[in-house]
Amino acid sequence: MAVRIGADVGGTFTDVVIELDDGSFESTKVLTTHGGPEEGILLGIERIATEHGVAMADVEQIIHGTTLATNALIERRGAKTALVTTEGFRDVIETRTEGRFEQYDLNIVLPTPLIERKDRFTIPERLNARGEVLVPFDTAAAAKVIDQIAERGYEAVAVGFMHSYRNADHERQFRTMLLERLPDMRVSISAEVSPQMREFERFNTVCANAYVQPLMANYLFKLAEELRDRGADCPLYLIHSGGGLVSVETAAAFPVRLVESGPAGGAIFAADLAAKYGRERVLSYDMGGTTAKIAIIEDYTPETAKTFEVARTTRFKKGSGMPISIPVIEMIEIGAGGGSIASVDTLGQIRIGPHSAGSEPGPAAYDRGGLDPTVTDANVALGRLDPSTFGAKDITLSPPKAAEAITRAVGEPLKMDGHTAAVGIAEVVDENMTNAARVHAVENGKDLAGFSMIAFGGGAPLHASRLMDKLGLDELFVPTGAGVGSAIGFLRAPFAYEAVRSFYTRIEDFDVAAVNDVLADLTQEAETFVRQGTDAELIVERQVSMRYKGQGWEIPVKLPAGDFDEFAAESLGASFTKAYEEFFGRAIDDLTIETVSWAVRVASVQERPDQLELTAAQNMISAPSARPIFDPVTQTMVDSGVLDRESMSPGDGVEGPVVIVESQTTTVLGSHHVAVMQSDGTLLVTRGGTSDNMKGALL
Amino acid sequence: MSAKEVHYQIMWNRLISVLEEQAVTLVRTAFSTSVREAGDLSAGVFDRQGRMVAQAVTGTPGHVNTMAAAVPHFINDIGPERIYPGDVYLTNDPWKGTGHLHDITVCTPVFVGEDHIGFFASTAHVVDVGGRGYGPDGTEVYEEGIRIPIMKWAERGELNHDLINILRNNVREQDQVLGDIHGLAASNETGRRRLLDMLSEFEMPDIDDLATFIFERTRAATMAALEPVTKGVYRNEMTVDGYEKPVDLVVELTVTDEGMNADFTGTSPLSNFGINVPIVYAQAYFTYGMLVALAPELPNNYASLLPFTVSAPEGVILNAQEPDPVSVRHVLGHFVTDLCLGAIAQALPEVVPAEGAGALWNFQASARAADPESLLAPVEMLMFNSGGTGARPTLDGLTATAFPSGVMTMSVEATEQVGPIIIWRKEIRENSGGDGQFRGGLGQIIEVGPTDGYQFEFSAMFDRVDNPARGRSGGKDGAAGKVYLDDGSEFSPKGKQIVPADRRLILELPGGGGFGDPADRSDEARAHDEAQGYVS
Repeated sequence: MAVRIGADVGGTFTDVVIELDDGSFESTKVLTTHGGPEEGILLGIERIATEHGVAMADVEQIIHGTTLATNALIERRGAKTALVTTEGFRDVIETRTEGRFEQYDLNIVLPTPLIERKDRFTIPERLNARGEVLVPFDTAAAAKVIDQIAERGYEAVAVGFMHSYRNADHERQFRTMLLERLPDMRVSISAEVSPQMREFERFNTVCANAYVQPLMANYLFKLAEELRDRGADCPLYLIHSGGGLVSVETAAAFPVRLVESGPAGGAIFAADLAAKYGRERVLSYDMGGTTAKIAIIEDYTPETAKTFEVARTTRFKKGSGMPISIPVIEMIEIGAGGGSIASVDTLGQIRIGPHSAGSEPGPAAYDRGGLDPTVTDANVALGRLDPSTFGAKDITLSPPKAAEAITRAVGEPLKMDGHTAAVGIAEVVDENMTNAARVHAVENGKDLAGFSMIAFGGGAPLHASRLMDKLGLDELFVPTGAGVGSAIGFLRAPFAYEAVRSFYTRIEDFDVAAVNDVLADLTQEAETFVRQGTDAELIVERQVSMRYKGQGWEIPVKLPAGDFDEFAAESLGASFTKAYEEFFGRAIDDLTIETVSWAVRVASVQERPDQLELTAAQNMISAPSARPIFDPVTQTMVDSGVLDRESMSPGDGVEGPVVIVESQTTTVLGSHHVAVMQSDGTLLVTRGGTSDNMKGALL
Repeated sequence: MSAKEVHYQIMWNRLISVLEEQAVTLVRTAFSTSVREAGDLSAGVFDRQGRMVAQAVTGTPGHVNTMAAAVPHFINDIGPERIYPGDVYLTNDPWKGTGHLHDITVCTPVFVGEDHIGFFASTAHVVDVGGRGYGPDGTEVYEEGIRIPIMKWAERGELNHDLINILRNNVREQDQVLGDIHGLAASNETGRRRLLDMLSEFEMPDIDDLATFIFERTRAATMAALEPVTKGVYRNEMTVDGYEKPVDLVVELTVTDEGMNADFTGTSPLSNFGINVPIVYAQAYFTYGMLVALAPELPNNYASLLPFTVSAPEGVILNAQEPDPVSVRHVLGHFVTDLCLGAIAQALPEVVPAEGAGALWNFQASARAADPESLLAPVEMLMFNSGGTGARPTLDGLTATAFPSGVMTMSVEATEQVGPIIIWRKEIRENSGGDGQFRGGLGQIIEVGPTDGYQFEFSAMFDRVDNPARGRSGGKDGAAGKVYLDDGSEFSPKGKQIVPADRRLILELPGGGGFGDPADRSDEARAHDEAQGYVS
């Protein structure tokens, strides 16, 4: 038996997926339980095991991702935490970048620091940028701070000293003193949580780790125990934001690495499909109720970044959240989900989101008291969603309610009829997502020409064929299990850990020995974590972020295997120049080149999924035309087919306009699209027509 | 409204998205600190008459309408009959661009076949333009660097190698400067291609109809935003430290049915130093202040900027004429926003905040070997730092936050990696916000000194030391700034001085003014201030 379970605990639903020993997947959804977070997932796991006749003892592995850490940061439900930092730098996490994330708002409110000023303590000590001691660690002052920590009853302590990424001695010294006095205290030090240069990001990251640690550690150990009590004595692993697996112990020590693990699962899900179909350049597109997320996947690997922002307070705006510098699968997230509310601004323009009707009261069409028109309402009004086949139980879609809301909030202010308003809402949200994808590509130095799209999440297949057209892409894959993609992705993740550390050096005076030491340390660190989970063969990938002196933004450069020798600087310079050209089209001669951060990722070797051949249409089926649906190609309502996805077999093809319905989502095809079901049930959507035909599609 | 207008909206969004892509690329590749940390750049698309159709939202209000005003100068100086496909133009003329030589504006015409349909333009602050280097000490613009009149960087696709050669021989850091100019031209080229793709996708011959739609929509919205302001004349005066002597800034705002004019008559005369402001730059900060107060949602384009005009007699410091020195025009320019907001506050008392620190406290130093015999290489350093903003009518001011500039500070650790500097302290300055029902934003304290055998040649340019930010509606003034050395010795807030090898410079940045009567501040707010140590 090789039964594995993936469980993705989201804000509203917990998705549980079981992979049976024949390789097939089944899934279930249960409500997330906020009171006792382990209850929902345990219920889901037991339910799906029972449904498929699997004894808990036969489960080989449970892989878990959760938004618990993210939500604790957003809702500020963490532990009572103190920050101990270098004298002179008490306010780093409060004064932030000193910028305003919104230029045109006099009443802007900056995010409140995670740890208030009264809970921030300083100690005389100071290192310089080379990690040398300028001011020795003041043990007497430290003892006094520890007294205060003891008196005031803190549950967790974050330690962040200047330049500790170069020399962790002082941070460790403080931790030792603290634990001698308060042995049960939970302590996080920045040199271990995130040894990257830039104090605001690093301090904030160690604060976030300390802040959620008591909550996460308690939860994880309790969950592991409960699973054992229920007979599942298999290992439990956690998925982290970089898209790899770690042990419960690692997750409990570095819970900040669990932030954004759900979306990471989605990207792995897409990367796995990309590998199956041999698509080296893929745009993954995930749309849910409140947001759309877009990630770039190249060579079957999602793009990663070393820092990201969580808990954005204002319209998903960059700079309105808190930076977390840990390795993460990079994606752009915009306020464009099914529940995003449409409105008209002072310019008479239709705007979508960022406000969302959520699941309560939900879109107007849910008829549960929601009065604002949403993207879902537009899809109902345009015939794309059908009340009789809509997936969610307990909800009967009401087209009149949708139409009424659209007419009132968008049609009337713009003096247009309800239908035109619905078309406008759909077009604007599609254009927003398209533009986000383009800007994201540019930010990563990519040109989307030649990319394929993979769409999943409850909302994406409704919009994906339109996005494919607008972006000029030629292929769209809509996999099965689109509604539980993240949980399936968990089961495809390798054991992996990425260790990152800032070490600044220049090509012209490259310190070969020091760089070799850094890389060896990082490799050992990452390997130690990975070995907690697996004995499998490991691969080691190393990279360095580099820039021209004077620039503020680095680009990643992959490193060859092996130690550096005396020729390292030259070849590294050449690699950077090549990477820079790929990014920006043109390198610049004669400028000093710098290295900033070094990263080593150690991962278990993944068996590449069996490559699937594309299945051509062998049997064109005609979906009986069922109802008028808006066709963006001709800009009219046309009689369209409605097809049950379950009724299709591999090799079946269907021409648009058609909607292909399944329980979790609906795939919409315009009049010039063709979908062919592949051997694994994936729908491959292409444009059937000529290039003239395509032009029309783009308006 | 018809389905066609929905399509116009889609195209409008697309146009802005194209410009954002352009701006992102510029930030990522730029060598200038102020571009990447302060967003000191902009990108715009223009119709064939040179009217700005759309502009990327970037970090600096300083380009709000300097950008819009630039392209008509290009058309005029190049001559409409000499505009060819494949051309690229540029200038750094302070009076035809953005107010000082350090900003280079590059303009590229767009053709569909043989038909000229419009322009892309982009501006970025470059690392160096020769002359004395960046600072207020030039007494004429000629000392401040090379001035490139509007001319062709490329004609019909052929680069102007003479111009490149002249630039290469007139600026420091040639590779970086030329790299940035190439980057500007390349970003316009990207914009041009994306616009052509868009035109063919939407089957449009040009952008004229779209521009008309955008201008009509924007004009209607701008007029609607201006409507609630009672017509009339509003005056305000503000004294700031200036460079060699205090500067009185005076504005008379006239609000009519057609728009607003800011007249700066009565403002102090020109300075002998490069703090003078070309009026186009003062106009940018005036317009920014009015838009942020009245119509924050409006995009910047020809129609939204048209109603905001300025006037001033020659010879006042906000209307510098060539060859007046203008290198650091931003110091006074940034105060123009508070000056004009103070005038319109009389009409909009519920909207306008108290005065804030205003000008940035940029730390700009040349690190030189303390021992002249040593072989230590010189290092240039630049850091942006902000004091507190003014309290708002319903909210406290922002602590250590830039306004009206959109600049961000740099990481202390990163700064210490690149230069012989130790920043010993960078912390909130307690008790520096003006009291009031809503408290002014707090300033910050910075302690900084040279290391590794260096000393600093320091070019100080710190304002609001003698003239703190004033409170509004009964709120108290913010704390004035202070500048001194750690042994207590004096350090002038203005001019060139040395920070010796073993000393630390201490900067106490000004706080913002308070809003409303302090007696009305809630007990909770006072208790919170005390618990956090904001006020003691």
